[in-house]
Amino acid sequence: MSFLDKNSTVARPGYSKWLIPPAALAVHLSIGQVYAFSVFKTSLVDHFDSSQTAIAWIFSIAIVMLGLSAAVLGTWVERVGPRKAMVAAALCWGSGFMIGSLGIAMESLPILYLGYGVIGGIGLGIGYISPVSTLIKWFPDRPGLATGMAIMGFGGGALIASPASNKLMSIFDSGFNADDKSAVANGTALSSTFLTLGIIYLVFMLIGAALVRVPPGHAEGEESVQHPGKNGALVRASQAIRTPQFAFLWVVLFCNVTAGIGILEQAAPMIQDFFRAGGDSSVSSAEAAGFVGILSLANMAGRFVWSSLSDVIGRKPTYMIYLGVGLVLYVLLATVGQQSTAIFVTLAVVIISYYGGGFATVPAYLKDLFGTLEVGAIHGRLLTAWAAAGVVGPLVVNGFLDAAGEPGSLVADDYHLGLFTMAGVLGVGFVANLLIKPVDEKHFDEEAVRSGSQDEAPAGEAAMSRGGN
Amino acid sequence: MSTDAKHSTETDADTRPTSALLVVLAWLIVGIPLAYGLWQTVVTAFQLLG
Repeated sequence: MSFLDKNSTVARPGYSKWLIPPAALAVHLSIGQVYAFSVFKTSLVDHFDSSQTAIAWIFSIAIVMLGLSAAVLGTWVERVGPRKAMVAAALCWGSGFMIGSLGIAMESLPILYLGYGVIGGIGLGIGYISPVSTLIKWFPDRPGLATGMAIMGFGGGALIASPASNKLMSIFDSGFNADDKSAVANGTALSSTFLTLGIIYLVFMLIGAALVRVPPGHAEGEESVQHPGKNGALVRASQAIRTPQFAFLWVVLFCNVTAGIGILEQAAPMIQDFFRAGGDSSVSSAEAAGFVGILSLANMAGRFVWSSLSDVIGRKPTYMIYLGVGLVLYVLLATVGQQSTAIFVTLAVVIISYYGGGFATVPAYLKDLFGTLEVGAIHGRLLTAWAAAGVVGPLVVNGFLDAAGEPGSLVADDYHLGLFTMAGVLGVGFVANLLIKPVDEKHFDEEAVRSGSQDEAPAGEAAMSRGGN
Repeated sequence: MSTDAKHSTETDADTRPTSALLVVLAWLIVGIPLAYGLWQTVVTAFQLLG
């Protein structure tokens, strides 16, 4: 299987670097399906005759496995190169669907947990980080643009999977009508849809694996050309996690994701509650669903636009916008959001674009701080902040709302405490971002630094704030 | 063909720039599904809000 080895993926001279973003997108568009899992929820609840919570666990297991596998397998991904990692991700993600399909056919929820949740979740983690460091190495001067393109795909994957899954279920079950919110697909249709998606995603991700290459000079055993951080830093993952910069950036990502998830997770009922008077909301369920669609677009667009902008204005100022302006927007949402749906939607769209931007910009921030030496592995470890925020964000918001009253009877005032808390969370992240300084030289990998680098390495804080190389 | 000549041919082939057609095809493979998803979302969102 030498085709999969890192040495077999070294690009020949003349290989176009513009084949790398579509290779990365093939993986991220596939694994981004996870955000569309809710399209199966009603049908799965009906098929298994189970609670909503029992089905919600499938998604939760997948996200936890994403964080864990990215953290644990990041160094392995860095060592074996992007092709082997992408193939492993494709096999896990594809077989996760197939085993899930079997679980549905056998009416066994544990098999579905194992398939989509555990095995598929490992595929998510490996797939998410596998193209990131390769992209940064191909586009060292525009890492924000490069990773923004790929991570935008993770947001876009749900946009494809949601209508495609509904279409597949209606093909396999002629009685299923996706426009009818109470419609459920039968078990055979669900199982067949999972199997079909598993095959499609497997093939799609393998195309990405076939296209991907590492830049010349990155063969195994070769003295790789590394691009250092802004002060000449080249830091290994095991050392990076001991630095205050990693801890502060973990807090930054955790705060940004926690605040964003607080809105995303609650989006549809939230817009209805904000415009409720006398028990009835002026926003229908259908309009609320449209609002969720608009937020998905904002999430995706923010990943590309803000991450690309960070190449121009610098990583630290970009996060100052996400967290500082985001804080102000949360306060505005709480205080003037109920004045009109246009104000509410505009504020929420910008907030969610910052949420997406935070994900997409963080690999470039890591590159600025630690260099490209093991940036993929460091990124994997940082994603534990995502897993933690995925638990804490919804817990905080739902905790406040549960205390305020019953779903369907809440009003805008009931959200104030939750939104002000999220503004406070963003404030903590803002301070953590301000505390990020260039990494101390004692953490540098001496051997890698001695091997030299191509980049000019301007020293100091000013260089990091300026952005770009 | 001598060994040197063979080596020279392989080197020439190896340094050939990537075909623009391949780059376009790769972008189409990911771009078409993405455009489909974007279109579906925009249509649904604005139908519902419109």
